[in-house]
Amino acid sequence: MNKPLRRIAIFCGLLVLALLIRDNWIQYVQADALQSRKENRRVSIERYATPRGDIIVDGKAITGSVETKGTDYKYKRTWKNGEMWAPVTGYASQIVGATQLESLEDGILTGNDDRLFFRNTLDMITGKKKQGGSVVTTLNAAAQKAAFEGLGDKKGAVAAIDPQTGAVLALASTPSYDPSSFAGISSKDSETFSKLEKDSDKPMLNRALRETYPPGSTFKVVTAAAALENNVVSGIDEATDSPEPYRLPESSTDLTNQHGDCENATLRDALKVSCNTVFAKLSDSVGNDKMIEQSEKFGFGEAELDIPVRAAESVYPEDNRPQNALDGIGQGSNRATPLQMAMVSAAIANDGKLMKPYMVDQLRASTLDVIESHEPEELSQAVSPDTAQALQDMMETVVNDPAGTGGSAKISGATVGGKTGTAQHGLNNKELPYAWFISYAKLSDGSSPVAVAVVVEDGSADRGEISGGGLAGPIAKSVMQAVINSKK
Amino acid sequence: MSSTTNTSTQHTSTIGAIGAPSRRNTELALLVFAVVIPVFAYANVGLAINDQVPTGLLGYGLGLGLLAGIGHIVVRKFAAYADPLLLPLATLLNGLGLVFIWRLDQSERLQNLAESAYGVFTPSAPKQLLFSALGLALFVAVVVFLKDHRILQRYTYISMAVALVLLVLPLVPGLGDDTFGAKIWIRIPGVGTIQPGEFAKIILAIFFSGYLMVKRDALALASRRFMGLYLPRGRDLGPIITIWAVSLLILIFENDLGTSLLFFGMFVIMLYVATERTSWIVIGLLMSAAGAVGVASFAGHVQARVNAWLDPWSCYENSDACYQIGQSIMSFGSGGVLGTGLGQGNSDLIGFAANSDFIFSTVGEELGLAGVMGILLLYGLIIERGVRTALAARDPFGKLFAVGLSGAFALQIFVVVGGVMGLIPLTGMTMPFFAAGGSSVIANWALIGLLLRISDTARRPAPAPAPNPDAEMTQVVRP
Repeated sequence: MNKPLRRIAIFCGLLVLALLIRDNWIQYVQADALQSRKENRRVSIERYATPRGDIIVDGKAITGSVETKGTDYKYKRTWKNGEMWAPVTGYASQIVGATQLESLEDGILTGNDDRLFFRNTLDMITGKKKQGGSVVTTLNAAAQKAAFEGLGDKKGAVAAIDPQTGAVLALASTPSYDPSSFAGISSKDSETFSKLEKDSDKPMLNRALRETYPPGSTFKVVTAAAALENNVVSGIDEATDSPEPYRLPESSTDLTNQHGDCENATLRDALKVSCNTVFAKLSDSVGNDKMIEQSEKFGFGEAELDIPVRAAESVYPEDNRPQNALDGIGQGSNRATPLQMAMVSAAIANDGKLMKPYMVDQLRASTLDVIESHEPEELSQAVSPDTAQALQDMMETVVNDPAGTGGSAKISGATVGGKTGTAQHGLNNKELPYAWFISYAKLSDGSSPVAVAVVVEDGSADRGEISGGGLAGPIAKSVMQAVINSKK
Repeated sequence: MSSTTNTSTQHTSTIGAIGAPSRRNTELALLVFAVVIPVFAYANVGLAINDQVPTGLLGYGLGLGLLAGIGHIVVRKFAAYADPLLLPLATLLNGLGLVFIWRLDQSERLQNLAESAYGVFTPSAPKQLLFSALGLALFVAVVVFLKDHRILQRYTYISMAVALVLLVLPLVPGLGDDTFGAKIWIRIPGVGTIQPGEFAKIILAIFFSGYLMVKRDALALASRRFMGLYLPRGRDLGPIITIWAVSLLILIFENDLGTSLLFFGMFVIMLYVATERTSWIVIGLLMSAAGAVGVASFAGHVQARVNAWLDPWSCYENSDACYQIGQSIMSFGSGGVLGTGLGQGNSDLIGFAANSDFIFSTVGEELGLAGVMGILLLYGLIIERGVRTALAARDPFGKLFAVGLSGAFALQIFVVVGGVMGLIPLTGMTMPFFAAGGSSVIANWALIGLLLRISDTARRPAPAPAPNPDAEMTQVVRP
């Protein structure tokens, strides 16, 4: 009986061997994949096992952590003035996961980042508990407050950046949500979240970064830049060859103006009263290719603009002639995020140089040691300094000239340049138009600390009362004012 | 080696039969490790969870040491030539199992779960320690009172009857206890639940050994050759068909894939060893495949398990079977190569049965690949010592009995560990010595006791030959 016995011994050995091989497969080969599966709650258990590091604005934490009674997650995230800061921080919810900065900088906030490995190992040896680091943002609390309160009950967004560095100073979106309301894991948290998700006003949409709008008349600044850069016009005070009304090329549609005398107007006057005819014709003269080229120098067509939260791509597509002419007044198929229009304004204020927007200044370990620090980065030279000066000149006329559309943004003690926009949209332009305002402020020393873009989606039930200057201008003004005041 | 019965009865034992050292001191030294390692593990868990050495450490260490000590003394006295590895291996696994059960008792998650499900949470570790003591008592009883395993031969047919009764018990109305789909428990008021299948495993092995020892020649020789296989006569197929049918009935009525597979597998192994006919293996495999496919296509319970095995992620949200296996695999994966360390994993996410069917997932997460391989090798060693005992045994009954027990043990390990690792569909059996559950630990201690008894008989030196009165009279004349 020994021969079959030996075979049985081999068979038993093979059974054990099969287990050993399988074990190596799931514990070595597949270990990483299994560890990071979405079903694996260990990831979030780890995330909430220690108090999360904070997100810092102006030296103060805008987030916090509280201990919970749950067995899975020891600590819960809290936000101070969450509705105001949600577009900046995103959320870190035990039940639905994390987004935006809370997600992107999760490694630093939880203390699991590889760059903290050495410190963590030291802490483990010395018996200290692991602590999360902090994320220091570039935001300006006063500007953010001005933006958020300026928008108030209206739907809209504000993006403000420092033209010289690209640092994001304000990033507001309304209606907003309080991330604290679903930070936990209870069924109430879950209900709140699904209610927010289903809300037709889309409170969780970060309008400043992730929503694109037809830019309307604010885009005329870009058209003007393209016309100047490509020498389609010789100067801003030369009369243009512009009929009124202007028949769109290859079409039978006549374009008219809302106000002002636009026939053969100079570029400066055309921008001041926002002549559709002049800029549509200019866009046609510049041509689709050059218009795209100029737009892209300002940041359009960048699908991966990470600040570090990714902004939606603003587009200026290839179009036929009539459509391209409409694109020139921001009413064609081109679309832009509020951040994009703030970048346009910022590049002009910074003598044509476009800086890459960013909102994380420093990543710090729990010991306050700086782990990573952001260096301002130039994205492109959008226009030549001369063109930038000319554009500034015109935008300042828009605000300062009594006949200009942007008077509502005037600030005493600073020079403001701006451009209004009232973007028609919807089928046959039936929907309430979007009110736009882009601007920058310059101080007496010539430096420009802030450029801002504001969009208000539904400023008034009466479409006749909706105008960029009336609705969006005052918000832009208070944001710029807040930045200027905080510099003093 | 030829396939005649003549050679199969030759004793080509690998353990020297004559003058073999008893190896009792080796056993004692190994036992020290088998007690010290779990004590360290226990302290480790306490430090990781509560930042202090657990208060019960001394009691636990002494308890385990006492059990090991009693086991050793009894073996030294009553089975001096028994295999020296089996007792330390069983003690070590039992000790580590207790540590893991205690560790899962500390889990707040499992405590809350038990409270919400039953209204009260009772720790399993104290009970398991009691069961371990009972198991050792049974072990001692086997070693002390069973002077020779061949005595069991007399009870061949009684064993069959007893085993069948044990297997049917969970189906008796009022006695059976249906938990989580499988009807493999009986509830005795005042005592608790018992899993008769664990005991039936051993008793069936007695029946198979006795039966096959008698019938092996008929089963082996009376056969026709067909396509290179020796096909048995129709009437000799009777027993295997009976066992197959019983296994299927268990599967169908008790929803217990594991036990069914275990019994049938054990029978095929023993049949093969008894007859040396490969044809039995082929027939056995075909029959079990047919049975498994047949039942899987009818029984929803088995189907759910198979689906969970094929892809736990597709049904993770809405099927308990998928959730459990998915959690178990993630537990292993999250442990990685070195594990999180005792007491620091999250294997309690598995929920129900975390300390019984799924206890090995905790080993996987907290001790990692290294720990799991180590423990699998410990089980492998028990199996190896068991098969070696079968090789060394001098009588066919002992050989069959030993290989039956160790083969069943191997199958059980494979089915349980393979199940929680997602290698095969999960069957819901308990990990010998490790899992919380009285029947399992008690029955397996008895199993170790029986293997020790057989190995003692095998290795015991033959009595010294009677002195030859002629020896002194003879003179050797050198040329």
